[in-house]
Amino acid sequence: MSQLPIVVPSVLNGLTTGAIYALVALGLTLIYGVLHIINFAHGSLLMLAMFGVFFLHKLAGLDPYLALLVVPPACFVAGYALQRGVIARASHGKDHNILLVTLGIAIAIENVAIYFWRSDTRTLDLSYAFDTVNLGVALVALPRVVAFAGALVVAGGLWLFMARTDLGRAIRAVAKERQGARVVGIDVEHVFAMSFAIGTACVGVAACLLMPTFYVTPQVGHSFVLIAFTVVVLGGMGSFPGALAGGLIIGVTESLCGLFLGESLGQIGIFAIFIAILLLRPSGLLGHRA
Amino acid sequence: MRTLAGIALFGLVMLPLPALLASQVWLNFLVMTLFFALLGIAWNVVGGYGGQFSFGHAAFFGTGAYCAAVLQAQLGLAAWLGFALAPVAGGAVAGVVGFLSFRYGLRGSYFALVTLAFAEVLRILANSAGFTGGGSGLLIKLAPGAANLQFADRSGFYYLVLALVIAGLLLSLWIERSRFGSYLVAVRENEDAARALGVDAFAIKLRAIVLSGAIAGVAGAVYAQMFLYVDPGLAFGPTMSVEALLVPIVGGMGTVFGPVLGSLALHLLSEAGRSVLGQAPGLNLALYGVLLVIMVLFLPDGLVGLLRRVRRRFLRGRADA
Repeated sequence: MSQLPIVVPSVLNGLTTGAIYALVALGLTLIYGVLHIINFAHGSLLMLAMFGVFFLHKLAGLDPYLALLVVPPACFVAGYALQRGVIARASHGKDHNILLVTLGIAIAIENVAIYFWRSDTRTLDLSYAFDTVNLGVALVALPRVVAFAGALVVAGGLWLFMARTDLGRAIRAVAKERQGARVVGIDVEHVFAMSFAIGTACVGVAACLLMPTFYVTPQVGHSFVLIAFTVVVLGGMGSFPGALAGGLIIGVTESLCGLFLGESLGQIGIFAIFIAILLLRPSGLLGHRA
Repeated sequence: MRTLAGIALFGLVMLPLPALLASQVWLNFLVMTLFFALLGIAWNVVGGYGGQFSFGHAAFFGTGAYCAAVLQAQLGLAAWLGFALAPVAGGAVAGVVGFLSFRYGLRGSYFALVTLAFAEVLRILANSAGFTGGGSGLLIKLAPGAANLQFADRSGFYYLVLALVIAGLLLSLWIERSRFGSYLVAVRENEDAARALGVDAFAIKLRAIVLSGAIAGVAGAVYAQMFLYVDPGLAFGPTMSVEALLVPIVGGMGTVFGPVLGSLALHLLSEAGRSVLGQAPGLNLALYGVLLVIMVLFLPDGLVGLLRRVRRRFLRGRADA
């Protein structure tokens, strides 16, 4: 127990990182739950949103937290257009076509970003980036606490939206029974695009909450997308509470593996969980058996 | 018979090319085109004929590459031994991945994800293990000579890769004609129906992925011999996984000539892109991404499908006249 002074801050840091993972995963799980596709472009959309936040600050002087008013709505529109304009057209009735199209979009976005912005690492200089909050047991960076709270608020809001609004009910109906939803007059194509748009907006929120403490490179999506997949698989594809719990578990696991195994082998812990869950319980901890 | 004649014709056309081509640049282009055709043939076995979309063929490719590199650079063994063991190693890794994922019934997106994850795990392991040289990679000692599978002249590699591609084409033809291939296509089209008719889907898919992994392993060994250098990003990174699946998708999945056509089209396009837009990082792959989207949007059957459609229209036109 002599290690407690290092372990506790490590766990707290893991929880705050995990909240961001949960936020990215919430979007992914919403898209999966409704469209039954794995959106490989999710990570590159996150990267684009992060660059958006970065340039809004650099060029227009907009604070990352104020960018919450701009970036998520922009992501929403982009997501809607992407689903209606490209992905829906490409399916030809087969799910594996969608898998390939989102992969193609991811590759294209990421490499155009490399072309324009090179692989340089960019960070924001903010006056409050190194402010800390004393939580009694440890000091935690203020932006991390904000990110944690923000992720919880978004997850709660999303849950309320799905439970209480007409669109939320329509999304759940389409997720459960596509044909039935169509029969009762739900515009299924619109619901698909709205789910994709909301999922992408989640990524926009994550980008705003991340940028005060994180860096952005064209490849930054990679590190998030596989982790987000892990979180989604761990929590159960399409499950919101699962994504939240999964995000926090993965955040803490990564932080502890990094502490005890070192940086480079630390990632192995995540992939080990990922492969084990995929093999042993593909429906996830909180998911339903299909 | 027609396809067999096609393969023979392909061999006859390709064989004298190094003597006819004055420029090393074009010879190099052909070597790389054939190399990626080989990688595409590997993916095509399990992805095209079997319908199991692997997003992590780099796992098998990289294992083959490291097998050749480690045996030579670390253990000082002969090049041909590494070359002979590469398909065994690639097939073994594919066997483990296939056994685990098919045993637990992973299909579609789940299978794609788990293969992606296995490639990442191998990349991280190669990055941190000692015998792989870690992040700085492994250099194979330069010792030109056919015995070391190193050729001072590019045409040596050309004949080596050409022979492997022709062998791969013959193998694809065999798959199309054999009972194994029919079972494999049946599993692709409707796994539940195939099982209901008594096809052992698990065994068929496992055999397909091992075969695919073995060919990818050979491709990896060729790569190691050609560049005499392997590092974790090159061997297990996502670029090779993407190339492996893009080549047959562009050319035509589940067809004998699809990977060759796809590789040729892809690399002609990327050369054209390079000469028009200039050499810039990212541009090439961005083009591939756009191409993948366009292919799925407009030509889901690939170039082979397009050719078939054109021929059918042509034949119908003649019948009408």
